[in-house]
Amino acid sequence: MRPPPTIFALSSGAPPAGIGVVRVSGPRAGEALASLVGRLPEPRRAVLAKLRDASGALLDEALVLWFPGPHSATGEDLAELHCHGGRAVIAAVEAALALLPNTRRAEPGEFTRRAFANGRIDLAEAEALGDLLAAETELQRAAALANASGALSRQVEAWRERVLLLSAEVEGVLDFSDEEDAADLPECFTWNIGALAEELGEWLARPRSERLGEGFRVVLAGPPNAGKSTLFNALVESEAAITSPIAGTTRDVIERSVAIDGVPFTFVDTAGLRATAEADAIEAIGIARAATELARADVVLWLGPEGEGPEAAWEVAAQSDREGFIPKPAARFTLSATTGQGVAALKRALVETAREALPKPGEAALNARQHARLSEAVAALARAKALSDPLLVAEELRHARLAFDRLVGRATTEDMLDTLFGRFCIGK
Amino acid sequence: MHSFDVLVIGGGHAGVEAACAAARMGARTALVSFDLDAIGAMSCNPAIGGLGKGHLVREVDALDGVIGLAADAGAIHYRMLNRSKGSAVWGPRVQADRVRFKAAVQAMVRAQANLTLVQGEAAALVLKGGAVAGLELAEGTMLEAGRVVLCTGTFLGGVLFRGEERFVGGRIGENAAQRLARQLREAALPMARLKTGTPPRLDGRTIDWAVLEEQPSDDESWTMSPLTPRRRNPQIFCAITRTTQAGHDAIRANLHRSPLFSGAIAAAGPRYCPSIEDKIHRFGDRDGHQVFLEPEGLDTHLVYPNGISTSLPVDVQETVVRTMPGCARAVIVQPGYAVEYDHIDPRALTPDLQVRAIPGLYCAGQINGTTGYEEAAAQGLVAGLEAAAAALGKEAPQLDRANSYIAVMIDDLTLQGVSEPYRMLTARAEYRLRLRANNAATRLTGLGIAAGCVGEERRRWWERREEVRQMFHVKHSQKVHARELAERGLPVRRDHGEKPLSEWLRHDGVTLDALAPWLAEITALDPLLAEEMAEDAAYAPYLARQDAELRDLRASEALPLPAGFPYAEVPGLSNEMVERLTKAAPRTLAAAGRVPGVTPAALAALLVHARRRQAG
Ligand SMILES: Cc1cc2nc3c(=O)[nH]c(=O)nc-3n(C[C@H](O)[C@H](O)[C@H](O)COP(=O)(O)OP(=O)(O)OC[C@H]3O[C@@H](n4cnc5c(N)ncnc54)[C@H](O)[C@@H]3O)c2cc1C
Ligand SMILES: Nc1nc2c(ncn2[C@@H]2O[C@H](COP(=O)(O)OP(=O)(O)OP(=O)(O)O)[C@@H](O)[C@H]2O)c(=O)[nH]1
Ligand SMILES: [Mg+2]
Repeated sequence: MRPPPTIFALSSGAPPAGIGVVRVSGPRAGEALASLVGRLPEPRRAVLAKLRDASGALLDEALVLWFPGPHSATGEDLAELHCHGGRAVIAAVEAALALLPNTRRAEPGEFTRRAFANGRIDLAEAEALGDLLAAETELQRAAALANASGALSRQVEAWRERVLLLSAEVEGVLDFSDEEDAADLPECFTWNIGALAEELGEWLARPRSERLGEGFRVVLAGPPNAGKSTLFNALVESEAAITSPIAGTTRDVIERSVAIDGVPFTFVDTAGLRATAEADAIEAIGIARAATELARADVVLWLGPEGEGPEAAWEVAAQSDREGFIPKPAARFTLSATTGQGVAALKRALVETAREALPKPGEAALNARQHARLSEAVAALARAKALSDPLLVAEELRHARLAFDRLVGRATTEDMLDTLFGRFCIGK
Repeated sequence: MHSFDVLVIGGGHAGVEAACAAARMGARTALVSFDLDAIGAMSCNPAIGGLGKGHLVREVDALDGVIGLAADAGAIHYRMLNRSKGSAVWGPRVQADRVRFKAAVQAMVRAQANLTLVQGEAAALVLKGGAVAGLELAEGTMLEAGRVVLCTGTFLGGVLFRGEERFVGGRIGENAAQRLARQLREAALPMARLKTGTPPRLDGRTIDWAVLEEQPSDDESWTMSPLTPRRRNPQIFCAITRTTQAGHDAIRANLHRSPLFSGAIAAAGPRYCPSIEDKIHRFGDRDGHQVFLEPEGLDTHLVYPNGISTSLPVDVQETVVRTMPGCARAVIVQPGYAVEYDHIDPRALTPDLQVRAIPGLYCAGQINGTTGYEEAAAQGLVAGLEAAAAALGKEAPQLDRANSYIAVMIDDLTLQGVSEPYRMLTARAEYRLRLRANNAATRLTGLGIAAGCVGEERRRWWERREEVRQMFHVKHSQKVHARELAERGLPVRRDHGEKPLSEWLRHDGVTLDALAPWLAEITALDPLLAEEMAEDAAYAPYLARQDAELRDLRASEALPLPAGFPYAEVPGLSNEMVERLTKAAPRTLAAAGRVPGVTPAALAALLVHARRRQAG
């Protein structure tokens, strides 16, 4: 087998930033480090060193770290150069690295891929690192980080242990019933299963991690000319939608994703809702699409006459600066997208609501695959709780354990193969 | 020079099954044992079967083995353990008359075609180019064979302990095979020590049976082997007594004299059948432990007190016995003792029980770190079948965790090794619902017939049974309306519509008996098969779910880890994991997942590495 190429990349802070960390991973990482520093520093110690290129020219004075494999983040030999983040410095260091044989710039996600392939992280952690790479907002990053640091895997392991203890009790009854100690299941047994199922249920009820990717969905709706597109533009802070005094300007659904205070949002502008008879064919399709959007929304901002919007919509009285503005008595927000008055308050309220509905920062969140596995475990526990035949209780508990195993990839089954060969394209 | 295809050493439960299985496969086989008259001897408790173990007996029997038929021949007490639980954990158990059991084994061994019996001590293996070529007996005779199956039980480096006394030997009164042991140790096979023990034997005439609670044989008609048409011997009862505080005090006062506690025996003993001194030490708060008094036979007064295995000095054993109700005057005929012995780390074996380092050498039975007759018999069967298949270029039956307890045991042994004597438990089988003691024939006999290890009589029996099974399938698919069931007083709602009988069998309260109006006629053809089929119907949803799981499992079984896979080269595996994987040498990724201590992340690494190697 050919040795894998050694890879490098700037792994933090795009220049110009305070510090830029360049990581080098692979069989030549040590050589790379030695060639820049002149010697190989002591493993796992931060050392201040002068970096020079092949001709001996000084590139930077940097903090360098040397992690010989396999006890490194990637499982390979790994070097870290904490450079002064100037564009030129980083470029010079990278250029020097690229000169080494079989050494190249890393592709996106390649460090993670190697860590996974080298057994440094399990499936749940790898997925989280994938999310981490894709994270665009602070909230997404924090959630991915929680999973990547193994929070979910550790939690699953703890649940698995608990089920294992429950299993042991049932097995005692099944296999040692002729001994006096293990005659019957203790009374608290069913209660314990229930308690665990409930705890898992709470996790299932939590917002899913995809929610972070999709963002909190806010749909603007109301009759034509209500000022939807104008408010939409104000919220996404760009002239994304065309606005005009002509009724029926917006004919299709327009979507924009933005982060406000680190919280991911997707704002959706829709065609003004009016009787389809008045609308032409294209507008009618737009109106139908608007209806679909309303159903998908986390929050609907209703700019039309009070009480005529969808249930639970937020009543917004728009265009408050206009002459002849008719206030809505129960409006939650009264604002003018043109002057900006009242828009900040709306944003604040949206951020607050979205934070509640999205995974909390630092809290591990489940993705769809993990959610499905955990649901299986909960279902198995629920069935176990309702059964009286210890043999079948044992079978359901085993099923719950199997679901946990699949969640973290212990079952080495299709889950894992799919994830590996789909998302990470390993083995090509 | 005598030449054979397969040589089996040891006439215990493993050796007997190995020799007969190899001979049934058509291999020219010889069975070598110290004393041909001791073939089929039960070294300890004269009971066969039990929880998990009953499954093994039925499986060995389904492949036309010896133990089930011999157990029936000797049985003087039948009991279905766990009868109150689901049928998948029922444990058929018999107590056998030692003499009749042994006579039955010997009769079968002698009647077996292709099998030669050789009395003598196997002194040394003959190796050629590192592979097995034959065997040298102590008196100098050479036997030639490319396949040798070692079934020497506790006879490797065995030392007996009783209080302060020590004897060398496997069982009281027999020689330990010290020379062979030395050779194996010199071959650098990974060996370790374990211990086991046996209780004192009592003279039944000195027990006051009248004051004790009786446990009769059950009054059903099942037998261990379906080829035994009915129970043969008079059935006797056991009695139940218990140890007492006075006995416990005596044990505590003398713990220092027990080799287990004085440090003389360091090896691990079975957690599941501990010595009485262990029990007292570990469960100090208990004021007594149950003891079953089991008569050893019809023509002997010996009684086996099940539950007080011990290596305490004789005087303490006496006190323990005499303080049990009904035993105040009981006389110990032979004191109990403990044995410490060598076993091979079974991770040194491949799944056909062949020693990886010495091609042609197979090991089966207690030598592999197991305890129990049934465990020994099951391994003997596999080793015999595999050795014969290899010698003859045939294929042994494909056993796996989803079709047999036998394969569960062998997979556990060869992947996980042992840290205490391995005993079968139903909990070890993940597909327990499909591996029932009562469906062993359905699961395995067909495979055995295909492999050629099933004799004429059983084949005819099985083929007839298969015909009846088909009839059951047809009958079970008959649709019956809920109304009809309700009208006969069954607990189903009238508006449940029409369903096949197999589905009705899943409903609570709809039993085989309850469906007698539809099934009585066919049930009469084979009541045991009727029960089995009804259970299949009841468990069907679980079995279907397991099928899905098995499909997944097969996917990761499809990824082979070739022999000599360089675990050390897989980055990210800790040294400990590399060591465990190298020792266990799993053959597939699925098997690697069952090696203890292997983390999900490590499996991912293995998977990637194996894929890359596969891709070249
Ligand atoms: C003291 C004691 C108590 C036990 N208690 C129980 C119990 O209560 N319940 C239970 O299920 N199991 C019990 N066991 C375990 C059970 O006896 C064994 O697990 C089982 O008999 C092992 O079968 P085997 O065929 O592997 O070996 P064994 O039955 O021991 O047979 C070994 C055979 O090999 C022969 N042999 C050995 N070396 C040579 C040689 N060099 N040349 C020729 N022949 C040789 C011996 O003569 C013997 O016939 C006990 C074992 C002992 C020793
Ligand atoms: N003064 C003032 N004018 C506004 C305000 N909001 C919208 N307008 C004007 O009102 C007109 C209609 O606004 P749009 O945002 O296009 O209305 P819409 O609801 O998107 O209309 P359709 O797309 O036709 O359904 C435009 O001429 C806007 O400039 C506001 O807050 N103040
Ligand atoms: Mg518009």
